[in-house]
Amino acid sequence: MAMIAKGQSPETVLPQKKKPGGKQKGQESRISWSAWIWIAPAVILLLAFFIYPLIQTIILSFEKTDLLGNVTGFVGWQNYREIFTDPNLLNTLKNNLIWLVLATVLTVGLGLIIAVLVDRVKIEAVVKSMLFIPMAISATAAGIIWRFVYAYVPTGNGNEYGLLNAFLGLFGAAPQAWVTDQRFATFSLIVIYVWIWTGFCMVIISAALKGIPDDVIEAAKMDGAGRFTMFWRIMVPMIGPTLGVVITTMVINVLKIFDVVYVVTGGNYGTNVVAVQFFQEYFLNSQYGIGSALAILLTIAILPVMVINIRRMRAEERTR
Amino acid sequence: MSTEIPVTTGQTDAAAIATKATLAGEKSQARGGYLRGWSGTVLTIIVILIGILWSIPTFGLFVASFLPPQLITTIGWWQGLTMPWTFTIQNYQNVIQANGMGQAFINSLIISIPGTIFPMLLGAFAAYAFAWMKFPGRDWIFFGVVALLVVPSQIALGPMYTLFSSIGLTGTYFAVWIAHTAFGLPFAVFLLRNFFAALPKDLMESAHIDGASTWRVFWTIVLPLSVPALASLAIFQFMWVWNDLLVALIFLGGSPSVAPITLAVAEQVGTYGQNYQILTAAAFLSMALPLIVFFSMQRYFVRGILAGSVKG
Repeated sequence: MAMIAKGQSPETVLPQKKKPGGKQKGQESRISWSAWIWIAPAVILLLAFFIYPLIQTIILSFEKTDLLGNVTGFVGWQNYREIFTDPNLLNTLKNNLIWLVLATVLTVGLGLIIAVLVDRVKIEAVVKSMLFIPMAISATAAGIIWRFVYAYVPTGNGNEYGLLNAFLGLFGAAPQAWVTDQRFATFSLIVIYVWIWTGFCMVIISAALKGIPDDVIEAAKMDGAGRFTMFWRIMVPMIGPTLGVVITTMVINVLKIFDVVYVVTGGNYGTNVVAVQFFQEYFLNSQYGIGSALAILLTIAILPVMVINIRRMRAEERTR
Repeated sequence: MSTEIPVTTGQTDAAAIATKATLAGEKSQARGGYLRGWSGTVLTIIVILIGILWSIPTFGLFVASFLPPQLITTIGWWQGLTMPWTFTIQNYQNVIQANGMGQAFINSLIISIPGTIFPMLLGAFAAYAFAWMKFPGRDWIFFGVVALLVVPSQIALGPMYTLFSSIGLTGTYFAVWIAHTAFGLPFAVFLLRNFFAALPKDLMESAHIDGASTWRVFWTIVLPLSVPALASLAIFQFMWVWNDLLVALIFLGGSPSVAPITLAVAEQVGTYGQNYQILTAAAFLSMALPLIVFFSMQRYFVRGILAGSVKG
């Protein structure tokens, strides 16, 4: 594994010096107490912005608040039970699941496919830039951009200025309210998200593909590997570690999905997701208990992915 | 304006040669021959179509932002491309003059520049200690920091708002700088620590033997050698901070004099939800700077990210 990763980015990784089987990475052998000073600013800020709110949120998730937002008492698991029984909140959970599956599969899948396609094309650099641009655009701006794709003018009320409806109209399809119709809304939002993040996945996967040594490809070809064998048996395994990083990064990102939903639908039309609902319960409805329980559930859902990530990092550490 | 992905030049050339060779009917040259049977031309066309498909939404907004206000939502932007052209820069003039967008743009800079530098600096300090110093609990603290990436940053907004209000920090740039620094730290530490750890050990040791202090080694050896990682971190952090809406919304408290451009645009969406001539131009203006930053620094981008996240 280490070998592949090293080959992957010839220029990126600076020469590494490893003592064979020796201690972990080079470090001074003496314990340096001044290290605490170096990490102190970061650690203090992280304690304030992550650990303290996390503890507060855990406590709040077991409490109930009145309409004014005053804590009225400890209620045990009631908030959590409510999340799993209230149809509204259940729908929010369901949406997160749809997001998790579709958005992750589409961003990584398309990123992989496009990276492979683009790999031997002359204008590679230009196409990569085109795909990456959405990453640099704020969710607010992206929301406005996509209004001109999804805009809906009911038949007879004027010209369709939304690209999608105008395009489908060419084939005689009736215009649809892509963003405000519950049947489509979540999927429309996922498309925006995929538009934003596919470039990110593609660029990183592409760099890994460049690292597959030519002779491996050549040898496989000699052995008569077909197009799909080559893809699934050679390319995908060779870039396995990178794919792992991209997938876990995207799972974490997708589970925390907030901005696209917040900006485009505000969670209306059956599109609410956990992070947005948390924000609403907490800041708009003063339902601190429910909001906090949602946030804790979200954190717990992401935790296993992080455990996998850290395990992988530790394993790589050992091969250093 | 091209994404200069840091491939060794040899490989780029090989890819170019492969394309040419295939065009000449001589298949399976160099790498990529795995898609044999597909001529280079077909592949090029597919790839171009994908690129165009991805650019259409942005291009649509771009065209719409130059349409006269009464046409923006009455004709499709693609219809505006047919002659005779009716394009105007009126929308941009309106936005810049009437809506305090100029101020918002400057506010965004005031927020983004320290909001990028602070987390990089504090992250680099911590990353250096995690990579090159020995102290009890080092690995656990490092993995703990990385694990914080799972925590949705929204949960910090409430408690920190209360805390900042009680010490009178809300509504000041200082509050936003601190918040962005904290939110950016886990990723900064993660990326930089992995990059720093891969720096050659001999270099550090010889510097120490020469009597250089840790502080000096950090500034004269570690940072200069880590430009790719620092640059890609800078791109990410700058894009996050510049494009942030939520932190500004909570900690700046909606005062227009300090509001960044995202907040100003979002306000326009709220106040003039249907006022497309303002929205289109404002949205485009807000995109300009991150795009410039991205294109000017992109050659470092993948190098830094890759070295930071996937390393053997």
